[in-house]
Amino acid sequence: MLKINDLKVNYGGIEAVKGISFEVNEGSIVTLIGANGAGKSTTLRTIAGLVKPRSGSVEFLGEDITGMAPNDIVARGITLVPEGRKIFADLTVLENLKIGAYMRKDNLNDDIEWVYSLFPRLKERSWQAGGTLSGGEQQMLAVGRALMSRPKVLMMDEPSLGLAPLIVRDIFTIIKEINKQGVTVLLIEQNANMALKTADTGYVLETGRITLTGAGEELLSNEAVKAAYLGT
Amino acid sequence: MEYIISVLLSGISVGGQYALIAIGYTMVYGILRLINFAHGDVFMVAGLIGIYLSATLPLYITIPLVIIMTVILAFVIERVAYKPLRSAPRMSVMISAIGVSYLLQNVATYVTGGQPMTYPTIPGLSATVNIAGTPTKWVVILTPILVIILVILLTQLINHTKVGMAMRAVSKDFETSQLMGIKINRVISATFIIGSALAAIGSILYFTNYTAVTPTIGALPGLKAFVAAVFGGIGSIPGAVIGAFIIGICETIIKALPSAWDVSVFSDAFTFALLIIILVFKPTGLFGEKATDKV
Repeated sequence: MLKINDLKVNYGGIEAVKGISFEVNEGSIVTLIGANGAGKSTTLRTIAGLVKPRSGSVEFLGEDITGMAPNDIVARGITLVPEGRKIFADLTVLENLKIGAYMRKDNLNDDIEWVYSLFPRLKERSWQAGGTLSGGEQQMLAVGRALMSRPKVLMMDEPSLGLAPLIVRDIFTIIKEINKQGVTVLLIEQNANMALKTADTGYVLETGRITLTGAGEELLSNEAVKAAYLGT
Repeated sequence: MEYIISVLLSGISVGGQYALIAIGYTMVYGILRLINFAHGDVFMVAGLIGIYLSATLPLYITIPLVIIMTVILAFVIERVAYKPLRSAPRMSVMISAIGVSYLLQNVATYVTGGQPMTYPTIPGLSATVNIAGTPTKWVVILTPILVIILVILLTQLINHTKVGMAMRAVSKDFETSQLMGIKINRVISATFIIGSALAAIGSILYFTNYTAVTPTIGALPGLKAFVAAVFGGIGSIPGAVIGAFIIGICETIIKALPSAWDVSVFSDAFTFALLIIILVFKPTGLFGEKATDKV
């Protein structure tokens, strides 16, 4: 579905991504794990169109989308939940959801209800300013907002960042639920344990290169991964 | 008493004219964090456009055309002088704005030969009416009413429409707005269009009162409108409007003080003294938000 071919990206004057290739199959959950600065975020930001790659290509449903503007990429069905959630603090919860559907011109009521059914807490707070929500609620809102664009692929940049372990578990339960409902997920995480338990396929990224590939469970039991990312 | 009423009325009217310019400053700042130094000169050009068009066209065509042409000018300025610098440091964009400001003044000097041009009389606006026994120009009455209507419309647009929601989003976070599929450049253009349309309306009201348009005439009202925007808390539309009314009224009162006191020449200095005092006690202005540092 989504195919990354030999992607090289410069970021802040250095080559952050040094030629990576991977594939995301329809209906799967794929994760990129790796330490800070491994190039995970840069990879997602490049796919989303925020950063232009130096070389290589991004192919989506057979179409070359390399270097397209972010709005064109959202329109094709790839949406990024940014690192740190980036909720619009002054907009209400409902407005945050509506702005997630900015490109759409059809009726949003069904989708808003769908998001509220996934995250009942958001419904209770629908008239509150986004900035007044707790970190976990903001992450739910960020995911809900992204779903409003009806993505085929949902990309998530560190959804567990700064959240309490219980909330992290909730978030991952929701990710699986969303995936079951037909949304393909590409997830990057420092919380390798949770990510690999959830993912069908995992890629390990080290300083801009993919060093290991395998099914989620397989990587979980890999000695090198255990030593480097799981601390066991 | 009659004198006081007429001073107050004209103060409110001057304030309203500043308000129409100040909204353009504050909206552009809100979105781009740019002090658009060319805004006062766009206001001046709107005045010139009014003069040249009215020479051959009837007023009911001139007035809408003034607004449309001013909007086009502001749109082109944004696309040519600011958009290419989107990812450049803010200082570069500001210098570009100063450059545009001088370019407009120089072009105006070239076109007019540097001579003050006389603004056409708009019958409805220049006619006088008696308010509490004081003869007053219609424009003085009309300005604050028009300003209030326009501000209400603008607030509705910003709070209750899709493009307004996008403006609020873009003003907080470019990148996340892009991830929502918002075309940043369109929203920025919309901001410039609204700001310049209001400045064009302001120019019609202002020059009906002051009648002479010179190439540098945009500088002072532009600067005062900017002060009003900072005073009210730059980025805030209600702040800019209230700031503009306060400055307009205070300035007119000082100008109207008994000539024996000899203070009226200091009215402009007063405007800036007021700004300095406000900023000492409240650096973010009346309605300014605290700058939140991103963690």
